[in-house]
Formats: sequence, C-alpha cells, structure tokens
Amino acid sequence: MKRQRGLLVLAVVLLLLPLVLPNAYYYDIAIRMAINAVVVLGLNLLIGFAGQISLGHAGFFGIGAYATAILTTQFGWHPLAAMAAGACGTAMLAALVAKPIFRLRGHYLAMATLGLGIIIAIVLKNEAAYTGGPDGMAVPALGLFGFELNGEKQWYWVFAANLLFSVWACTNLMDSPFGRALRALHGSEVASQVVGVDVARYKMAIFVFSAFFASIMGSLTAHYIGFVTPNVADFFHSIELVTMVVVGGMASVFGSVVGAVLLTALPQALATFEGWETVAFGSILMLFMIFLPRGLVPTLAAKFGRGD
Amino acid sequence: MALLEVRELSKAFGGVMAVQEVSFEVEPGIVYSVIGPNGAGKTTLFNLITGIYTPSSGEIRLDGQPIAGQAPHRLAQKGMARTFQNLQICMNMTARENVMVGAHLGLDRNLLKGMLRWPALRRADMALREKAAELMAYVGLEAFVDSRADAMPYGALKRLEVARALAAQPRILFLDEPAAGLNPKETSEIDVLVKKIADGGVTVVLVEHDMKMVMNISDRILVLDYGKKLTEGTAREVRRNPDVIAAYLGKAA
Repeated sequence: MKRQRGLLVLAVVLLLLPLVLPNAYYYDIAIRMAINAVVVLGLNLLIGFAGQISLGHAGFFGIGAYATAILTTQFGWHPLAAMAAGACGTAMLAALVAKPIFRLRGHYLAMATLGLGIIIAIVLKNEAAYTGGPDGMAVPALGLFGFELNGEKQWYWVFAANLLFSVWACTNLMDSPFGRALRALHGSEVASQVVGVDVARYKMAIFVFSAFFASIMGSLTAHYIGFVTPNVADFFHSIELVTMVVVGGMASVFGSVVGAVLLTALPQALATFEGWETVAFGSILMLFMIFLPRGLVPTLAAKFGRGD
Repeated sequence: MALLEVRELSKAFGGVMAVQEVSFEVEPGIVYSVIGPNGAGKTTLFNLITGIYTPSSGEIRLDGQPIAGQAPHRLAQKGMARTFQNLQICMNMTARENVMVGAHLGLDRNLLKGMLRWPALRRADMALREKAAELMAYVGLEAFVDSRADAMPYGALKRLEVARALAAQPRILFLDEPAAGLNPKETSEIDVLVKKIADGGVTVVLVEHDMKMVMNISDRILVLDYGKKLTEGTAREVRRNPDVIAAYLGKAA
C-alpha cells in the first residue's frame, strides 16, 4: 500500500544516511532536520489537517526545553520525569488557553497564538533566577538505565527512530475516526457539527496534542545540545516552523518531513552568500509560494497523479 | 406522540422577524414538507430546529424532550441529521470519507488508539468503508465511491450529502432543498430516493421549491409566507387553499 511505501522509503533513507554522513557536522544537521520534522508534523496536524493556526508553537517547544533544563539541574529530577512534567505542563497550559483562543478564527486566532508564544519567550528571558536569562543555561546529558547518550552518532538513532514513529503515528491518526473528524471540521465546520463532531473539543484536543509533541521535542533537543537559550522559544522559531509546514505542504505527513529537511538545509547551503543569505532565503520562499502554493509534496503528488 | 413538536417558534435578526410564532407537529414515519416563496423563512426554520441558530422564543421538542438552543452535535446524538441547500461537503476529503464522517458518533474516536492503529478500531473502520460504499450505492453514487469530493458534479454532491446524513443512522432527517439546481430527470430521481428513505422508516422533513415533487411525496405540508405559518395540511388541502395560491401567484385583482 501507498502509506507503507512512503514509510519504508523513509526508514531506508534513515538507515542508510549514516553511511554517507562524513562527520559530526553533517550528523548534527541531520539531527536538526529530524527534530524540526517531528515538531512540524505535530504542527501540520493543527494547521494543515484541522485548518487552525498557531504562531506560538516555539513557545511550547521552549517550555519543554526549559522544564528539562530547570528540573534536572536545579531540582535534581530524573530526565524522564522532567520531560514528562514539561510535556504535561505544556498540555495543561495549551488546554487552558485553548478554550478562549478557539472562539477566534483566522487572523484573530493567529494573533492570539502569536501573543501566547511571545509571552512564553518573555517569561523565559526574564525569570533569570531559574532560566539564566538571555544567557541560557546548561543541560546535563540524557542518561537512561545507566547508559548515557553521548555524541551525534548516538543521538542520530534516537531522533531517527522518533521521526519514523511520528510519521507512522500521524499517518494512522489522520486515517482514524479522530483524524477524519478533524479534516471534516476543516472542510466544513457546520457539516461536521451536524454529524455529531464537537468542534470546540476537537480543536482543543489537536492543539493540546500538537503542543505536547513540541514540548517533548524541546526536552530532547535540550539534552542533545546540552544548552538552552530563550531563542528556542522566540517568534522567529515559531515562524520558521509554520514556514516548513507551508513549504512542505499543508495536510501532508511527508510534506512536513520534506519541508523541515529543506528549510533546515537551506540556510546552511546559503552560507556561502555571505550577508545575502537572508535575501536568498526570502526569495526562495517567495518563489515557492508563487509557483507551489499548495506546498511541495501535494503539488508534486498531484502532478504525478497519485495521492500522498 | 409526535416525534417533533414545534411551538410558537420565533427568530428575529435585528428587526427582521425571519420566523414568527410557527407551530407544527411531525408524526414519526412520514414525509413532512415545508414550502413557501423565496425568503419565507424555510431554511431559517431548519437552522433553528437543527441547532445552527438559537431561537428568539418558542419551544422545540423531540420525543417530548425540549431541544431548543442545543448545539448541533448534541442533536446529532439524539438522532437528527440534515443536508444543506448550499452544499456543505468537505472538499479536502474523498467522497467515501465524507460519508464515513457521517458515522462519527458510532465509532471509537480515541486519539491514542487511532494513532497506534488499534486493531479493533481498524476493523470497525474497514467495515465502515464497506458500509459507506453501500450507502453511496443506495443513493445512486456507486460510480463515485473512490472519487475526490472536489472532482464530483453538483448533482452527485447533493446525493453525497444525503448519504452522509444516512450514515449517521438518523431517526429524523432534514433535507434542505435536495432538488435545488437539478434538472427534471435528476429531480425525479431524488423524488424516488426520498420515498425510499421514508419507506426505510426514517422520518423525513423536507424543504423544497419543486411543487410537483412536494405534492407527490409529502404526507403533510406546512406553508410559510413572510416567516408566518400560512396553512398546514395534506397535499390536497394545501393545493386548494386560496391563501397559498395568493402567496405563490399573487392576489387576484
């Protein structure tokens, strides 16, 4: 079947990639691609499939990263406990704000989520007693069962497995009754209501789920890099994530992966432009939006006559 | 006891009374039609009963239970389903998926189970895929089972709405102008379909412009004009009512 084929291709690529990665620098880029891909997948559930928006997703990522950093260093928590606490805290925060926020639509919803993200970033920057302020703070390595994860080569497998599982899970979810209801409320809110979909509840559920996803990736990233700064939660990171969703393709699981890979690699590839890389980056994005407005994967899939 | 009871229902939009103190009852198992000139308040009446709008005043009872002002998804749980005059099809999905969404309430909607491809949930979903194809054949859409919704013609989408509503296994089905925009042949096919649905034991409430169709298949007819009830009765009674003739053709000088 189609969906298994895509998953198989991804698994093979992830397995073979280490054979061609020459050094730690390339491993690092591959890992960042995988991290972004998983966060973007979660965000695409919200934006592409359910038709909502979040311009504050980096905030949730940041909460996860800082929950791990603070709880492990200052309170001596076990990394897994810290990660779980961060993810649950993020989920609760998302659930709390979802109720008022999802009364809004379109631009207003975008503004509200934008505000939420900015508030989180400010709190992380200003609560210097806990967070180390703008300078950030160090995070200990992730030790599990007496084994400590060290170096890019070990972390690569953690994130590769994580990505593979996430792609599998998201594909399943969107093909399940829950996912169908989400896509239906995107297609026609009133039609989904009259067949019994509690629209407000579903929007909230996917927002919370997506935030939970981001928080866990934030925690793992903090362990991997070994250091967190408030930049992980800032507005530009949020926009970067949304851009990956849009470039890769809304409502496309593999589009999320492609978008994340492309936009993580692009700034590195453009580094030779020296000072002009932002201009080049912007121009490429504009060309994408003009010629592939539906995103890379859906456009190509339509062109070659098969679904995603 | 009547399945649906509407008593002195009113809805005002600003200063405009779209529906004014309308009362009627629908007995189970019949085809009940609501007719009236353009702007008479038929669709508003539908939207009030199915929970899209909140009534300004009045009562609505389903099985004797008050339901006025309840959210549409709650009413769906109570066995109500409807179609829309201006199509409400999910164009981002396939035709079959649109029908499958209709069965939403009968499924296990657990997020985690869905994510992990829970076997029981998969089995139920596979069974539903077959069921959806059967329903599509039932409304005459067997040729479109694997189509994308946005690649289907208008007439087929009208039927797709009916199939989705039926997938919910409703007790009472509201059809808002199922024949609007269809040619005479398609209209007579819809006519047959509505009869078939009613014979299957589903109570049908119908808003329709096509007089011939209404007169043919309705057990009872409610006539609205300017938001008010003009008259109510069997097709024969309504046809002879001078007020109805005046409302449709204008008063004789």
